[in-house]
This record gives sequence, C-alpha cells and structure tokens, in this order.
Amino acid sequence: MQTIFEKSVLGRSQYQLPVAIAAEIELGEGMTRSMLDLPEVSELDIVRHYTALSQRSFGVDTGFYPLGSCTMKYNPRINEAMAGLKEFAQFHPWQDDADSQGTLELIYRTQEYLTEVTGFPGLTLEPAAGAHGELTAVMMMKAYHLDRNDTQRRKMLIPDSAHGTNPATAAMCGFDTVEVPSDAQGGVDLEKLKAVLDEKTVGMMLTIPNTLGLFDRNILEISKLLHEKGALLYMDGANLNAILGAVKPAKMGVDVMHINLHKTFSTPHGGGGPGGGFVGCVSSLVPYLPAQRIVKDGDSFRLDFSAPKSIGRVRAFYSNFGVIVRAYTYMLRLGKEGTKRIGRYAVLNANYIKARLKDFYNIPFQQHCMHEVVFNDEKQTQYHITTMDIAKRLIDFGYHPPTIYFPLIVHGSLMVEPTETESKETLDEFIDAMMKIAEEAKVTPELLQRAPHSAAVKRVDSVKAARNPVVVCNTCCT
Amino acid sequence: MPYIPHTKRDTEEMLKAIGINQIEDLFEAVPSDLLEMNEFNLPAGFSEQETRQHVSGIAAKNWTAEASFLGGGFYHHYIPEHVTNLGTRSEFFTAYTPYQPEISQGILQAIFEYQTMIVRLTGLDATNASMYDGSSATGETCLMAANITDRKKILVARSVHPQYREVMRTYCNGKGLIMEEVPFDMSSGQVDAAALGSSLTEEIAGIFVQSPNFFGVVENMKELSDMAHEKGAVSVQIITEALSLGILTPPGKNNVDIAVGEGQSFGIPVSGGGPSFGFLACVEKYIRKLPGRIVGETVDEDGKKAYVLTLQAREQHIRREKASSNICTNQTLFAIRALIYLATLGKKLRDLALLNHSHSLAFQKMLSEKGLRRVFSKPFFNEFVVDGCDTLLLQKLKEQRIAGGLPLKRFYPELKNSLLVCVTEMITKDDMEKYLREFLFIKEAPLRSA
Repeated sequence: MQTIFEKSVLGRSQYQLPVAIAAEIELGEGMTRSMLDLPEVSELDIVRHYTALSQRSFGVDTGFYPLGSCTMKYNPRINEAMAGLKEFAQFHPWQDDADSQGTLELIYRTQEYLTEVTGFPGLTLEPAAGAHGELTAVMMMKAYHLDRNDTQRRKMLIPDSAHGTNPATAAMCGFDTVEVPSDAQGGVDLEKLKAVLDEKTVGMMLTIPNTLGLFDRNILEISKLLHEKGALLYMDGANLNAILGAVKPAKMGVDVMHINLHKTFSTPHGGGGPGGGFVGCVSSLVPYLPAQRIVKDGDSFRLDFSAPKSIGRVRAFYSNFGVIVRAYTYMLRLGKEGTKRIGRYAVLNANYIKARLKDFYNIPFQQHCMHEVVFNDEKQTQYHITTMDIAKRLIDFGYHPPTIYFPLIVHGSLMVEPTETESKETLDEFIDAMMKIAEEAKVTPELLQRAPHSAAVKRVDSVKAARNPVVVCNTCCT
Repeated sequence: MPYIPHTKRDTEEMLKAIGINQIEDLFEAVPSDLLEMNEFNLPAGFSEQETRQHVSGIAAKNWTAEASFLGGGFYHHYIPEHVTNLGTRSEFFTAYTPYQPEISQGILQAIFEYQTMIVRLTGLDATNASMYDGSSATGETCLMAANITDRKKILVARSVHPQYREVMRTYCNGKGLIMEEVPFDMSSGQVDAAALGSSLTEEIAGIFVQSPNFFGVVENMKELSDMAHEKGAVSVQIITEALSLGILTPPGKNNVDIAVGEGQSFGIPVSGGGPSFGFLACVEKYIRKLPGRIVGETVDEDGKKAYVLTLQAREQHIRREKASSNICTNQTLFAIRALIYLATLGKKLRDLALLNHSHSLAFQKMLSEKGLRRVFSKPFFNEFVVDGCDTLLLQKLKEQRIAGGLPLKRFYPELKNSLLVCVTEMITKDDMEKYLREFLFIKEAPLRSA
C-alpha cells in the first residue's frame, strides 16, 4: 500500500484555518524555515487511507488475541466515553487545585481502590507505563537504601524467567544484575537464591505469577530470605490479572510493585501504548514515592509536594490522566463482586485451554497454571515444525498469535493468555484450531511452514530491515 | 457479571474438563492464608448507566474555561473531527505492539509514516515510534547523551519547563549523572550564553535547551549547538509546543543532534497532561542509541514491500541489562493521531503556526498598550510573559470563564508578578477584548473608588 506521502498532490490540501485577525510577525531572518515537506491530500483521501491501515491491523475487537503476558482483555466502550467527557478532555493541567477538584478526586478514588485490592498503603499513579512504574519502584528502592546510609548495595537479583524490562530497569538505576536460575518446577531455585543473596543485595525483581504462568509456592520463603538480609522484594505486576481479587500482593511480603493499568484494568493497548503504571508500596517506602501527592482535606483535594526524601518526579502533570479515568470507570463496573472474580476466571480460562490441549502440545511445567499457559513445540519438532510456524498458521484461522519464544528459559515457548473476558465458545474454537494445526503439522507440514496464507504480507525479512535500516519514507511532497 | 461471560454451566463444564471441583483448586500453589475468600471492602458494581452518572458527577467538579490562555507545555488547539474519529478506530486502539508483522502492517505503516513526519519536521534523520511524553522522553535523553559521550554531566537551561527539569533530575539521580542548571538572561529571556559557555567543559555530556523555551522565547540554537560541539557535548533541543516546528528553523538546520519533546499540540486534547506522546529524533549517527521501538521498511518472502519492528538489538527484550532503555509500551495510539493531524494540515501547518504567532504578538501589544509590560525582549512563538499581574485579575477573568494564564512565581521567585500568557488559534478576538476589559476594570478600580 502506498504511503500518505506517495498520495500527496501539490495544491490538493483543503484544510482551512480560521480568519486571521493579525498578520504581524517578529520572527527575524534566519529564525524561520523555508520549506515544510508535508503531504497534501484531501480529507476523504485521509479518511480512506487510515481506515485502510486500520483494517490491516488486528485488535481485540477483530478477534481473539491470546498474547501471553499482555492481558489483551476487552476494552469497554464506557471507559472511552468517560475519558472523553468535556470536563476531563479539556482540563488543562496548570489549572490550580480549586479548579481541578474533579481530576484530583478521580485520581484519589482510583488510589483508594488500588489500596484495597493490593493491600499497599502508599501509592502513585504518576508512571506512564509498566516499565516506567518499574523504574519508579527501583529508584525508590535505591533511595530507601541510600537514606539508611546503606551504600554498598549494588546487586539486583533477577530470575532467569524475567521480562527484559527488569534487568534494563536495574541498569538504568546503576545496579549490577545477578541472574537467579529457576528450579525444575519453574520457581525460583531457593538454594541458588541463598548463594547469591547477601548484604550487598538491593533486592529482587520478581514477576508474580512468573512468566511461565506459575505461582511460586515458595513466595513467603523468598520474601523472608530477602528481608533477613535487608533486601527488598519488588513485584513486577505485569501478571497481576492472575491474582486480582484472589491474593493481595502486600501479604506476600512484597515491598513495592507496579501494575499495568492497560493490562489488568482494561485500558486499551493502543497499538503499543498508552499505558498506565501504578506503583504501590509498604509504609517504609512511602517517603520515597514521587513527590506530587494528592491529599484529601475534608471534602476537598489538593496537591502536596512536601516529601523531602522523594525520588522526585517521573512524569510531568497528571501523567496519563485519561488512562486513569478509563481504569477507574472499569473498577466501578467491577465493584466488589467483579473484582473478586477477575483472577479466578482468568485462571480458569487458561487451565481449560491447558487441559484440552495437553495431548497435542508439550507442556514443560505440569503445575496448574495461572492466567497463562506455556506450551512449546517439542511434539512438533519431529515434523520440522517450529513455534514460529504454529504461530503464523494461527493467523490463517483468524487469531492473533500467542507470545512466542518467551520466556527465554523454555525452548520454543508459546505462551497463551486468554483473559477472563473470553467465553467458553471462543476458547473452544481456538482449541479446535490448535488441534487442527497439530494435525496439519503431521500431515501437511508445508502448510505451516509457509503460513500465513491469508495475511496482507507473507513472512517478512527482519534481517534485511536491521542490516540496512530504512526508517523514513523518501518520497518528497514539494 | 460485567465483562465475564461465563454461565454457571460453562464454569461447571470447564472445571470438569480440567478435573477439579472448584476454581480455588487451581490456586493450590498459593499458601492457603494468602488466598482471599472474603469480600473486598468495595462498593457493589455499578451498571453502565450508574457509572456514567457517577463519573460525570466527578468530572463536573473540574472548572472548565470557555477561553483558556494557559499553555506552558500543554496547548489548546483545534482538533479536526476526522482526526478524533480515525484515531479512535478500534482496530488501532485495541491492538498491541505490532510484534507479528503479517497482521500488523497497518499499524506498522502508520508508525513508519509518523517517523517520516517527525523527521521532516525536525530536520533530523531518525526517530523512534514515540515515548510516554515530552518530560520522560527528556529524562531518557539525559541517559542517551551520557551513553553517547561516555560522560556524566548534563547542563540544562533554567528556562526549560520546570517539571521537565524535575523529571530530568530524577532520571539523572537514578543513573548517577550530575545535572547542573544554567541561568537565563533577565532581559532577553534566553539562556545566558556566557554562563553556559563557562559551565561547558569537556566533562559535559549534553546541553539541554528548550526552544521556544518555557517563556515562549526562541533560543539561538545554532550558536548554542556549536558551543556544545566544540567541547564534544551533544546539543539537545527540547520542544514542548510542537506546532512551533511549523514555522521555526528546524533543529537539524541549527546543528542540533537530538530533538525531544511533547507532541500533544498535534490533534490531542489537553486531558490533564495525558495521554499524548513524546517524540525523540536524532542525527543518523546516534540511531542505534535511541531508546524504544523503531519501524523499518523491508520485504516479505515474495519480495513485496512490508514493514517490521527493527534495530531491536537496542531493546530490553533482546539486550536486557545492556539495552538503551527499559521502555516497552509507548504511546503509539497518539502518535497515529498526530500523524493523521499532520497529514490533514500538511503544508498549512506553517500557516497555523504563523497565525498562532501573529495573534499572540497582537494580543501582547494590546496588553502592553494598556500597561501590562512584556518582560522578555527576544521574539516568542505563541506565548509570552507579562509583568504587573495580580491574583485579582485572574479571579476576575475566571468569573468570565477565562483562564488568564500561568503565574510564574511558583517556579521563578524573581518573576513574582509575572504571568505566562498563551494565545493559540482557539482564542478569538472577542476573548482578547474580554480579557482587556477585565484588566482595565481592575486597573481603574482604585480610581473609581477614590
């Protein structure tokens, strides 16, 4: 498909500005640009072009999207309508507190809900995404230790099953990362943990449940071991959807965690963002939370900046406020009954898929999974079929492929996360497709190897893209 | 139950297929005293209708201006209806990162087009697929500058948005970088070039200057960039009013190495400060130091043009602790919206930028004639600082449903009676006249009472 630049025709632009009431300028010679190489297209051209691009994309609204670790649940439309309310959409972030009561109250109420479901007394909604929440949390851990004159702690422990953001975040805070191997059951290897844990340990970054979709049955032992050495436990909340309403993270000995509002709390993923990255913490870490806090005085709300030990600010203004409105709207819809069911039904759905596909695909870990199930291609290797082939063939059946080749510790992993918003019928159809593909792997493996057959393009050449990067369109519009 | 479609029968059949009696059996790995069996201390779930009433009630507690002269990093601009309409197409907003290129060509192409727009506007060579916002993107750029130069000190102009400087400081503290502020000239409103020159040693990784700066004043980026390069530092231009790119000399032409900023002006509502998106563009030689996702053009197996996420060897999911950043989720949805906005305005973006400039200049002169003095002498883009304002004026304007501007005392004690006033295309002649009327009313009040 042509780019918008290739569709440009000189003189075509129809855009009309309001009538100018003044024309004087004071921008002198050398301060202004002579050329603006932007396209000229009609409004209808634009509508058709971007409608076409949207149709060459796949969202939760298009079909089942079992992308593991991403919690692609339904994005309720009422969330969008509430974020679009005039008083929110036109709310300028520099309005003073008296003129911002609606915004402040909404953030405050969202925090109250999150305190109840996580058990954390301290919290911030300032981070703009999950990785941003991680960064905030690790900075808080750093500030906590430094404030106690505990300057020798430089080691961050990270399980080998962790998301790449964990080691990257630790590095952004100047820490050295130490990888902790998993044991045969897929949990943290306690003996290996004890071997590397010492007084130089900042803490541990643990995804709960982990990226294998498993709840580590030694969680209380892990947090106890860390605390005995003065280290902190950070919970990567990317997988919170598994335990929302079932386990309060604070009770596990977690000191600080992040939550992705765009996963657990139904805000849309937007083709890659925006997100929302709430951070919650125990009381001993409260002083280090970002400085901008919302305080309730009687019936009114105000911003408070009197936190001398705070790590500072991680994002301007009220962060992704529109995302917070969406999450709060969802929380209201859930209420106490709905909240309690989220994790339970997400886990039920994943285990149903696991149970019905266990004879067709290898499952490296037998324990009941949580919200996602990890398969791999071990049963298909004999037919020269890889996880990549299975994933691409799923596209032909109308599905978005699961997460593939992650976690790294499972060879050829295929990670399926259905979420609680999918019905049994949807899961059954997906299971049928997966069974059919397992059969095709035996009988007509070339069908898989050359898949997808129905997509806009065949498999793309990533090597060529990286070797000779073409990152902008060269068609001139002048 | 909202959003959980299981009937009782579904649940029973599923439990049976798994071979268990109740859902809680699936949580057998959870220590038993951790499993929550009781009700949460939360209200019962609302119907959609009740939800709408409740949230609308909270929203109504925000004061809403009919005319807003507030800028300072987020701007009220007109948003064409089809931009909102296309930007909320659910194939875009319910998708995630285009990891599977075959079924994501639409989003990938949109990001590729967005990258092209940003590169053309900034006059630089490469950009990523967006950042969270301008402030955090600037924080990331501190790390990028340190990474490029292998140096540990950042120089930042005090005329940079105060909250951006706070975010930069947080990122610098995290990584162990030192951030030093450079004063601005009280008469021109530009960064004090002499002071910058004396702080600019061979220890400096990068200079960070906002242009137009927080006072709306345009900086001499070329001169400052050349000073930075002489000492081996990178020159970073921060831009919070992206519309200025429509008329001002682009960063690339001023020898700037990295342009970073906020894209909200391109078709995105102010919404309390987000979600919008940050942009980050650089010269060719630093492309492999960029944080975040980048889309590249390639071909498929049949040799057909295709797009794919590329240069991923910089990113956290491949490089882990050696990655250029931990960023993963970005703000693609709003980068796409900005793309559609820019495609709509096209070359007329320049006219819109000029209109903003002319209208703000005209209003500044109107205020000046009546006695509100312009504080800084150098040219500004669409916002300016006036002196002689008091809280009574803002209060009176508020009664007329006008947000009169941003008092600067909070951030700059030396500017204690100063107000940052922004004029975009949303401000009508009538709004300006109303503003003047209120000002004159206050100014003449003592005379009336005498």
